[in-house]
Order: sequence, then C-alpha cells, then structure tokens
Amino acid sequence: MKILTQHIDVPGIETIDVYRKHGGYSAVEKAIKTMAPDEVTEEVKKSGLRGRGGAGFPVGMKWSFLAKPEGVPRYLVCNADESEPGTFKDHYLMMKSPHTLIEGMIVSSYALGANTSYIYVRGELMYVINILEKAIQEAYDKGLLGKNILGSGYDLDLFVQPGGGAYICGEETALLESLEGKRGNPRNKPPFPAVKGLYQCPTVVNNVESIAATSWIVNNGGEEYAKIGVGRSAGTKLISVSGHVRKPGVYEIPLGITVEDFIYSDEWCGGIRDGHKLKAVVAGGSSVPILPAELILKTTNGENRLMTYESLSDGGFATGTMLGSGGFIVMDETTCIVHNTLTFARFYHHESCGQCSPCREGTGWMDKVIHRIEHGKGRMEDIDLLVDVAKKIEGNTICPLGDAAAWPVAAAIRHFRDEFEWHVKHPEEATKPGAVFMREGASWTL
Amino acid sequence: MTNTQTVQFPADTLERVHKIIKRYPEGKQKSALLPILHLAQAEWRWLSPEVMDYVAGLLNIKPIEVYEVATFYTMFHLEPVGEHVIEYCRTGPCCLMGGGEVYDHLKKKLGVDTGGTSADGKFTVKEVECLAACGWGPVFQIREKYYMNLTTEKVDAIIEELSK
Ligand SMILES: Cc1cc2nc3c(=O)[nH]c(=O)nc-3n(C[C@H](O)[C@H](O)[C@H](O)COP(=O)(O)O)c2cc1C
Ligand code: SF4
Ligand code: FES
Repeated sequence: MKILTQHIDVPGIETIDVYRKHGGYSAVEKAIKTMAPDEVTEEVKKSGLRGRGGAGFPVGMKWSFLAKPEGVPRYLVCNADESEPGTFKDHYLMMKSPHTLIEGMIVSSYALGANTSYIYVRGELMYVINILEKAIQEAYDKGLLGKNILGSGYDLDLFVQPGGGAYICGEETALLESLEGKRGNPRNKPPFPAVKGLYQCPTVVNNVESIAATSWIVNNGGEEYAKIGVGRSAGTKLISVSGHVRKPGVYEIPLGITVEDFIYSDEWCGGIRDGHKLKAVVAGGSSVPILPAELILKTTNGENRLMTYESLSDGGFATGTMLGSGGFIVMDETTCIVHNTLTFARFYHHESCGQCSPCREGTGWMDKVIHRIEHGKGRMEDIDLLVDVAKKIEGNTICPLGDAAAWPVAAAIRHFRDEFEWHVKHPEEATKPGAVFMREGASWTL
Repeated sequence: MTNTQTVQFPADTLERVHKIIKRYPEGKQKSALLPILHLAQAEWRWLSPEVMDYVAGLLNIKPIEVYEVATFYTMFHLEPVGEHVIEYCRTGPCCLMGGGEVYDHLKKKLGVDTGGTSADGKFTVKEVECLAACGWGPVFQIREKYYMNLTTEKVDAIIEELSK
C-alpha cells in the first residue's frame, strides 16, 4: 500500500503535466470545489493521521486548535528542516516528487484558511529548494496557486524559505524565529503557535510527510486512511534506512508490519549485509533510545515488535524505544556503540542553541566524557557520571532538544554498559582501529 | 577584496532580492535575511563584515541583527575560504556507511586538516553534521551539490575534476 510514493519512480513525475496525468491535483479540485474548509479538517481528523515529524501528535486535532480571530492572517508552515541524524525521507520525497508536497500544501492551507504559506527547507538542500521553486512556478502557471484558485475565490501564495544550517530550527518555535530572520532560539510555550506563531499570528507547523498525506485523505476519505495500519497507528509511514542493511534507502510501509519483516524481507531492507549479524537499531532518528537486536525484534513479552508508535514504545524506555521521525539506523556486530554514541553526543553539543544551562552545559559534558572514554582516557565513574548528567538535562529545558540529547546516551549505557566498561578497562585494545567489544553469548557475536 | 565601495550585488541579483522581500508581509522584510545571506555567500564566497553591513542596508535593519544571525547558522563562512568548500558529514550513520576512511583519504589527498584550506587555495574542508542523506552516505556537499555513496575512488575523481 503506497500513498506518497506510488508514482515516485515515474519518469518526469517532478513536472506538473506528468504528475497530473497520474491523478495529481485532484485533491485540490475536490477540496476547493466541493468541500468547506472544516470538512477537510474533519476528514483529516477521521483519518487518524499523526504528525510524521517525530512527536506523533494527531494532525486533525492540531488543526482544530488553530485560533481564528477575525481579520488576522493565519499561516501554514511546512517543516522541511529534516536534520535529525538518520532521517532523509522528506529530502527523498521533495527531490523526487515536489508536487506531492505542493498539492498537500494547497489542500492543507485551504482547510486552515491560510492565504500565505511557507515551506522551510534546511539550507543545505538548496538543490531541492530549486526543484520545489520550479514546481511551484508550474502550479502558479496552471492556476493552482495565486489569486482565485480554480475560480473558487480562494487565494494562496506559497514560498520556500531556506534555513542556514541549524538542527534546532526543526523545533517548531525555533523554526518560526528563523523564518522571521532571527537566530533559531526556541520560544517559551505557551503561547503555542496555534495562537501566536509566525509574526505573532495563528500558525500551524507540520512536517512534509504529514502535509503530503492530506491529499490522499481528501481523495479517498479519512475512513479509508484509518483502515490502513493498526489502531492508533493509522496509514503509511516513510522510513529512511541507513547503516548495515543490504538496501539502505527510503521505504513507504503500511504501519503495522513487523520489525523483523522490515529488516529481513527483500521487499524492504533485504537483511543485514552479507556475513554479518544485527547488533542494534536506532529506530526513529538519533534522539530515540537505541535497542539491542533482541529487544528491537521482540518485546519483553515475547511478542513480535511492530512498526507502530505503540509497539515500538512498548516497555517504555526500560526496554522500548519510539517510532520518532522514522530514521531507522541499523548496526551490525562491527559497530562500536561507544563511538556511535560519541557522534550523537557531539551532534547535540554542536546543535544546542545555548539558551538553557542544563542543555548547554550538559551536552558539552556528555560529549567530553564520552570522548575521553572512546579515546582510552575514561574512568569507571565516568559511566555513572554520564547517566547523572543525562538525568539532570531531562525535563529541565525550554525545548525537547535537551531530552533528545539525554536519551541516546542514557539508552546506550542502559543496554551496552559492558561495552563502555570494556573501553575503560582495556584502553589499549579499545583504541585500536576497528576494535569492537564482543559480548559473550550475544546473538550478534559471530 | 571586499570593501564598502565595491560591495554591491549585480543588477539581476538585486532584482531577486527585491522579489524575495515581497514574499513577506509589509514590515517583515527581516525574514528575507537568510535567503539574502545565501545569495551574498554565493556572490562573495564568505561573509565579511562589509558584506554583512551591505545586507543590513538592503533590509533596512541594524548590522548587529545580521551578525547575530550569520554567527548562529553553520552554513555561513565568516572567514575566507577556498574556491571549493567541501563539507563532509561526520555523524553516526555516515560513519557506519564507511565515512571515516573516505574522509581521511580526502584530507590526506588535499594535505589539509578539518577546517583547513589546501596550499593552492582551491579547497577548504569542513566537518558538518548530518546532511539528511544518511542512507546514501558517506556524503559531502560542495556548494549546492551533494556527492553521495562516496568511495576513495570517487573522491579522487571528484577532486581531479574540480582541480582542472
Ligand atoms: C530539536 C528538534 C528538532 C526537530 N526537527 C524536526 C524536523 O526536522 N522536522 C520536523 O518535521 N519536525 C521536527 N521537530 C518536531 C517539530 O517541533 C514539530 O513537532 C513538527 O514539525 C510538527 O509537525 P508534525 O506534527 O506534522 O510532525 C523537531 C523537534 C525538536 C525538539
Ligand atoms: S533545550 Fe537546548 S536547544 Fe532547546 S532551548 Fe534549551 S539550550 Fe536551546
Ligand atoms: S549521518 Fe551523514 S547524512 Fe545523515
């Protein structure tokens, strides 16, 4: 079942003519000509679509919180900042099929009553910005954007905004600051963007994938969408796979397939690269807890772990993780967990905006301490020190970046403490190029 | 190279600047800052204080407002750089895909350390965080172009091509 990527490999799908030949922009026609804005929101509510940027908040519900004071403009801002390590699904979708996003933007803007909308794309993806701008121009030329769209009286202008290289601008209030031409410092909430967002006006911020899915929902109805998936994990999800599988890349899956199928079936990742075994997975982007092979494949109840919000988080943080952004990072037995954790800690240290001291100082400490463990200068107390620092950051910051920095470190130690200890106890061996700790009897040991 | 007298976008870029400013509501022209800084960097390779002052003038905002922003975002070069800036991704997934070896090769080939510029001034090598191309790693970017699934051989070919 493919919704977003059904036609993605059709040659020329990035042009409006080919896109329309494959049914493109029918959702715009249907919504604008036959539905009231609230009816579109109602369908999205019924669909059970949840935000695909990481937090999984129901999209229709978010839309219904949008304040609508008379005479005040409202904005829709698409979050295409995509900077969470492991995540490259929005990049793929926008690069291959820009009109899929643009169509979703028109439908969603119409539902929200926005007459100006922005797509905020990370600045590194300038070539994707060029692709989007070309596609937007095509849509203007065909009367699908601009004044009086399809003769309906509805006006919409759509612009692409480049970022400047800062992970924190993926956080929605930092993104809005950035779009206002400022540093990307997250705002204190409340007020929420739904009340005071861009230029202090009511604003909805949604991920690329969330917005793109709304066209299918308009075309086929919310109920049809809700039939795909399992329970509260409705619909399809783009999963971007990196690491040691045979076929890394972006896959659109119906939510609810088993993790085992996803990793080993030829339809998806095709298994671990030849001659190697699965050691660990980070299932939803660098921020979510890493799990060792046994726990990612099965829950502690012995049930198959499914690719759903609920199943991946089964067991809480003790034995579970999160679906997050769908950045699925696969590691085989050649992976040094300490090194991988170091790159993540360094990432969050680099990307902390510095506004709150627990995050600014804590990420610095974690980076420094893991660095010394990785480089053979660690002490046994350092391991508990890391756990302690992570705890002190968690829940004590303005935005969730602090948590996102703390969780991967805490989880790596929770599940691979022996590997950290081995680095401390055997610095000479551990610092040899390619050296990896092998846990006795572990399923991933060859 | 850039002093206040000579800092001026060519006419067609200026036209683009004015179009960009129109994307935002009246009085919110500061929103155009990031797009215009990208144009400025494409024009002058790096953002000298003179360039930033010029941008402030274009947008009718204070120079400090431009400095604040330019220093916050990692894509902006605040020091002179070589003709080609190679920005390679150092984050976990790219390391899993074999990044370490490829990047070491790159630096050795150019005889530079991270942050350095090759002796002939052609190449500056910078380390950056995840570029949203993790499954196609190892990856680096040179200006707007992504180079993906890198191998040491590919790196050799790219450097050769750009050295011509
Ligand atoms: C540090 C940080 C980075 C984030 N990066 C992104 C991102 O790159 N893309 C995204 O869609 N959401 C990102 N988010 C989540 C957004 O704040 C927001 O929840 C999301 O854009 C809402 O859209 P959705 O409900 O459609 O997922 C990030 C959050 C945090 C705290
Ligand atoms: S938690 Fe970190 S990134 Fe978020 S506002 Fe505080 S310092 Fe900035
Ligand atoms: S980790 Fe290198 S592009 Fe994401």
